[in-house]
Amino acid sequence: MMFGAIFVPDFLLQAAGRADAGLRNRPMVLIDGHGPNFHVVATNRLAAHLGVRLGMTKAAAAEFAGVELIARHKDLETSAHDALLDAAWSFSPKVEDTAVDTVLLDLAGLATLFGSCENLALQIKSRCRALGLDVHVAISANPETARILACAKPGPTLVPDGTEASVLKPLAVDLLAPSEELLGVFRQWGIATCGALAALPVLSLSEGVGQEGVRLHSIAGGQGQRALLLAEHRNIFEESLELDDAVEELEPLSFLLGRLLDQLCARLSARALAIRSIQLQLELLTAFEKAFDTRRELLRKRPVSETFECSLALPRPVQDPKLLLKLLRLRLQSNPPKAPIQKLRMRAEPDRPVALQSGLFLPTAPDPDKLELTLARLSSIAGESNVGFPELLGSHRPDAMRMQKFLVSSVVPSNHKKTDDSKIGFRVIRPPWPANVTLQDGRPVQITFRGQTWKVVQASGPWRSSGEWWEENPWKEDAWDLELRSAGGKSPAAAVYCTVFDALQQKWFVRGSYD
Amino acid sequence: MRSSTASLRLHLESALAGRVPSPFRLREAIPPVVVPTGIAALDEFVGGLPRGSLTEIYGPPGSGKTSLLHSALATRTCASEACALVDAQDAFDPGTSQLSGVFLSKLLWVRSHGLEQAFRCLDVLLQGGGFGFVVLDIADAPVRLVRKVPLNVWFRLRRTVENTSTILLVLSEESNAKTCASLVLRVEREAASWSGPPGSTTAVPHTPGCVLKEAAHAAEVVRSLLKYRRPQPINQLRFADSSETNVRFSLYDDPYAAQKLQLESLLPAKPRPKERKQNPG
Repeated sequence: MMFGAIFVPDFLLQAAGRADAGLRNRPMVLIDGHGPNFHVVATNRLAAHLGVRLGMTKAAAAEFAGVELIARHKDLETSAHDALLDAAWSFSPKVEDTAVDTVLLDLAGLATLFGSCENLALQIKSRCRALGLDVHVAISANPETARILACAKPGPTLVPDGTEASVLKPLAVDLLAPSEELLGVFRQWGIATCGALAALPVLSLSEGVGQEGVRLHSIAGGQGQRALLLAEHRNIFEESLELDDAVEELEPLSFLLGRLLDQLCARLSARALAIRSIQLQLELLTAFEKAFDTRRELLRKRPVSETFECSLALPRPVQDPKLLLKLLRLRLQSNPPKAPIQKLRMRAEPDRPVALQSGLFLPTAPDPDKLELTLARLSSIAGESNVGFPELLGSHRPDAMRMQKFLVSSVVPSNHKKTDDSKIGFRVIRPPWPANVTLQDGRPVQITFRGQTWKVVQASGPWRSSGEWWEENPWKEDAWDLELRSAGGKSPAAAVYCTVFDALQQKWFVRGSYD
Repeated sequence: MRSSTASLRLHLESALAGRVPSPFRLREAIPPVVVPTGIAALDEFVGGLPRGSLTEIYGPPGSGKTSLLHSALATRTCASEACALVDAQDAFDPGTSQLSGVFLSKLLWVRSHGLEQAFRCLDVLLQGGGFGFVVLDIADAPVRLVRKVPLNVWFRLRRTVENTSTILLVLSEESNAKTCASLVLRVEREAASWSGPPGSTTAVPHTPGCVLKEAAHAAEVVRSLLKYRRPQPINQLRFADSSETNVRFSLYDDPYAAQKLQLESLLPAKPRPKERKQNPG
C-alpha cells in the first residue's frame, strides 16, 4: 500500500497570492495583527533576500522599497485549504486533512488509472498548480515518511519500500514536529537528525522522554505506519477576495470576477463537477459622509457595511469560466451595485456535468450555453421581465399571463397539433387607448380615440365579464367588437377593434384589434 | 483580338482547373429550403417561407398579418423548432396564438419598447443563432420612424441569416426591406363576416347575438425569388358553427395576374374580376 503527501510551502503567502499569479514573482510580505501591532507573519524568498524578517512591524517592512505588503485574510486561507483538499480528492477518495498546508492520500489501486508512482506524483503537482498552489509531493509506503519528505524536499520524492529509514536519516529532527520541550531535550542530547534519533535505544528513550519520544523514534526509523483519519467530503465551493482599494467600475470588477471564476471552475473541474448556480456577494464601501453619524453619541460609530447580492441560476451545469463571466457581467450591467466594492465572495452550487448527444434529425435549436448568453444580453436590453415565453394563467381576466424563463429543452407533446382552421389573430394594445364612445339605444355608434373619430359599421356585444372581486384588483367590463369606418368618409371599413367599457372606472378603452 | 481572348480564357480555365469547375459559367442559384406557413393556399402559391432569407409581410391594420404570423408560428413550434418573436410594440397576444396552435413554450417572446430596442434585440438573437424562425413585428410602430431605418440595416439582417437555416420574418405596415427581402407579401382586408344570432342564417347588424365570424383577406406577392407554382382553385369553404372567429384562405386562378392571391373566407362567392391591374411592385 502506498501513501502520498502533499505539502504547500509558504502556505500563508500562497493563499494570499493564489488569485494573482503576478504576486508570486515579486517580494511579498504578509501583515497580520490588530491596531498598531501589525507585524510581518510571512515573507517570500525575494522579500527575505531584501532583508525583511518575520515579526517586523508594518512600518519597518514598509521601509523596504518594492516590497508588497498584503494583509492576511482568513477567508483566502480557507479557500486555499479547500482547493488543496479538492486536488487531493480528485485523485483518491481516501484523504486525511493532516494540517492546513498538508494532506495525505491513500494511493492504493490508482496504478491502473495513473500508471507509475512518478507519473502520479507529477500529475498531483500539475493539478495543484492549476488550482494556484505550488506543492511538494512525496510518495511512500509509510504515511509519516511521505509527510516528512514532502515537508523537506520539493519533490516529487518517491521512496522505495524498505528504504524509508535511509531516506529519512539525514533530515533534521525538527521535521518530525516534536514539542518545544522535547526538541530542547534532543538539542541537549546533541541529536540533530532523524538518523541520530533512530539510533537511540528505545528503552532508554522511553525512560528519558516518555511515549512521545518512542513515537518519534519509530517515525524517524521509517516505521510510522498508521491508518489515515479520512476527511469528510465537502461540497462547499467558495472563493473570496478582499480589496485594499474599493472598485467602482464594472471593467476592473470583471477582472476580479474572472479570477474567482477561474479558481472555482478549476476546483470543480478537478472534482468532475460543474456549476449549477452562483451566488455573488459584494461588500460595499459606505461613503465617507455616510460612514459617520453626525450625532454626537454616534460620531465614532461606523455603520454596518452594505452588501449587494446577485445570483445566477443556470439551466444546465456549466464549467466554462468565460461564459459565466459574461453572464455575470450582463447581470451586473443591468443591476449594478450602488457603491464601490471592497470585498467579493462567490459561492458555487455544484452539480454533475451533463453530456448530451444531439441528434442528426432534431429540429434547429440554440446551443444551451449560447442561449443563456443570448437571454442575458436580451434581458440587459429589454429588461429581465420582458424576455421569456408567455405562460397563460388560469383566469378569465383579459391578458392574464406571466413570463417564464425560456428553455430549449421543453418538449412539444405528441397530442399538440396545429389547428386546421386558421384563427383570426389579435393584436393587444398595451396599455389600452382611452376612447370616447357615443351610444345609441345602449349600443356604440361612434367612437373617438387617438384624435380620430370612427363610425361603427358593425358591433357585437356586450360581452360582459367580471372576476376576482374578492381580491384587491378586481375587474368588471363589457367588451365590444366594433367594425369601424372613418366618420364622414366613404372609405372602406377599417379594422375590427375590441373596445371595452370598464365598469369600475366608468371609462371606455380600446384593447386591441383583429388582424 | 478574339484569339487573345480565347487564349486568355483557356489559360484561366487551365489555371483554375480542379478548383473552379467552370469559371466562366454563371453558377446556378440553389433554391432555398422553404417551410409551410400553415395556410395551404398560401403555401401552394408562394411555396412557403424560405430559410436563410428575409421575408416581409406588410399591410394596414387588420389586414391579416398577425393571423399569418400565428399560423406560421404554430407550424414551426409544432415541429419542435425554437422560435423567437421580437415585438417592437408589445402587441403579441399569447391567448389567441395558443388557440391557433402555437406551442408557447417553444416561443421566445422579447417585449421590447421602441424600434431601436427591437433592432438591438433582433441583432442579438440572430448573432446568437440556433433559432429556426425569428420574427420582427414592427407593424404597430410609427411609420415615420420605420421609414428612417436605413437600408443597410435590412441588408445586414439579410446577410446575417444568409446561409443559415433561420427564417427571418418582418411584419410591418409598409414595405421597408425592399430588395433585401427574398419574399414580400402585401396583405389587405377585404371584408369581415358577421354571423347572426343562433338559429339565424344571416347577419343582423347591431344585435346581441351578432358575432365576428370570419374575415376575408387578399394577399399579393410583391417580390419573390422563389419559383412559385401556378395556383389551382380551391373550394373548401366551411362555415364555423360557433362563435369562434376563423379566417380561411382560398385561391383563385387568375389568368391576368398570376401574382394575385386571394385569401377569402365565408363571404358569398365573388365574381371573378375580368381585368386586374398588374402590381407595379
